[in-house]
Amino acid sequence: MRRVAVIGVGISRFGELWDMSFRDIVISAGTEAIEDANLEGREIEAMYVGNMSGGRFISQEHISALIADYSGLASINVPSVRVEAGDASGGVALKEAYISVASGIHDIVIAAGAEKVTDVGSASEIMDSTIDQEWEAFPGASLAGLYAMMARLHMHEYGSTEEDLAGISVKNHKNAVKNPKAQFRREIKVQDVLSSPYTAEPLKMLDTAPISDGASVLILAGEDVAGKYTDTPVFIDAIIQSSDFIALQSRENILEMKAVKTAVRKALRMSRCELNDVDVFELHDSFTITELLLYENIGLCRHGEGHMLVREGETEIDGRYPANPSGGLKACGHAVGATGIRQAGEIVLQLRGDASGRQVQAERGMAVNIGGTGATAVVSIFRR
Amino acid sequence: MLPRFWRKIRYRYNLIGTECTNCGKKFYPPRNLCPECRRKSRIAEVELGETGTVVSFTVIHDSSESYKLQKPYVVALIKLDSGPSVISQIVCNPDDIEIGTRVRAIFRKYGEDGEEGIIYYGTKFEPVI
Ligand SMILES: [Zn+2]
Repeated sequence: MRRVAVIGVGISRFGELWDMSFRDIVISAGTEAIEDANLEGREIEAMYVGNMSGGRFISQEHISALIADYSGLASINVPSVRVEAGDASGGVALKEAYISVASGIHDIVIAAGAEKVTDVGSASEIMDSTIDQEWEAFPGASLAGLYAMMARLHMHEYGSTEEDLAGISVKNHKNAVKNPKAQFRREIKVQDVLSSPYTAEPLKMLDTAPISDGASVLILAGEDVAGKYTDTPVFIDAIIQSSDFIALQSRENILEMKAVKTAVRKALRMSRCELNDVDVFELHDSFTITELLLYENIGLCRHGEGHMLVREGETEIDGRYPANPSGGLKACGHAVGATGIRQAGEIVLQLRGDASGRQVQAERGMAVNIGGTGATAVVSIFRR
Repeated sequence: MLPRFWRKIRYRYNLIGTECTNCGKKFYPPRNLCPECRRKSRIAEVELGETGTVVSFTVIHDSSESYKLQKPYVVALIKLDSGPSVISQIVCNPDDIEIGTRVRAIFRKYGEDGEEGIIYYGTKFEPVI
């Protein structure tokens, strides 16, 4: 296997992009990535696209060919593969793209993710399709409801509070102010979160990431060719995907995210480093409790201590474990299938020193992308 | 929704799960393959009883319209005394439930499909007083 570098990053605006179609959003990110990589376009050999639900969001399947076409790649007839893994679709697309370059089959490929959600009124119902429809959704649980049960149990077992969860939302909003691509570039206060309406108790509206329009594109190249295009390659030292029981009721302990734990352990081994060598994190905060549980399941602290990291400010941008300098899903936006690629893009910008205003001094970074309540996890480690 | 619902109706109405007689583990929802034993699985149906304990719960204020559920309502993760866990609605006032509350299965209406007016039934739970 050869080393794989990221040589280009493109991220569209995230948000309610009423003026942009699915195609427009993809083109916006794709053009930026190709320019960033100094490519002409013909060098691209394949494309992997994370997209959760084109069929339900915009009644468009065959997203793979559509995206290749509007990225200007139909004329060179590249293969294009659409990947679906709930809101981990982007992360899994990146993994597939990585494998195709690491194996030597392709030299230069695109790893993309895109979602257009604001053409339908029922985006949150479509997000709920990431949980078990027959045994979780039918009896009345929603994605928020399942995370709410995890939050309630955490509070009961360990004494975390609604204020602690609100602190995560406040932090992510603060970081997003410095991110020009972010959906919500404004600070909020703990009180704003606490006074927002309950969706599924104890989770509230402002504990919840929006469902956004957006696209992100990375260009990957084998180490031996990367130097032709860039002086600042960022290497993917590891990318690991794991799975878990889809329904919470099948898991022994609903606060333990076994897919995350497994993927982190394998990714650290693959990249031959320790967690303490990682300087910056992008974590899947689909809900505030998701980010808190990730602190514990990644191993930034022990089980039951996630809220202590919040209270001590350890995951602030100037803390020991800077988490979500982009603003995360909560404030940068959650464009579902694009999120895993967007997270990786933020880590690449951070490692290149291109994250002006929200820059963390970092040699290594980690992205953690989750599908649903954690039945899919993708953990990647990058190094400059 | 409709064929999917009726296919497993027997398990929804009666809290019947399956058991792997090779290792003794019980499953709800029912599985036809034991994740521990795989090829050595020996699967049989098993009644899971009516009683259990609330592991965690939430009050849902904002949920999918497609099931036409009356909001707010209580949903819980319940550990059955027989072993497996189940996600179910609890028929009670949100103030009458906490983690550890003992509950018992009851047969209740779930919702109805607007146009055809088909009514869905299934298992819910209520606190044991
Ligand atoms: Zn077995």
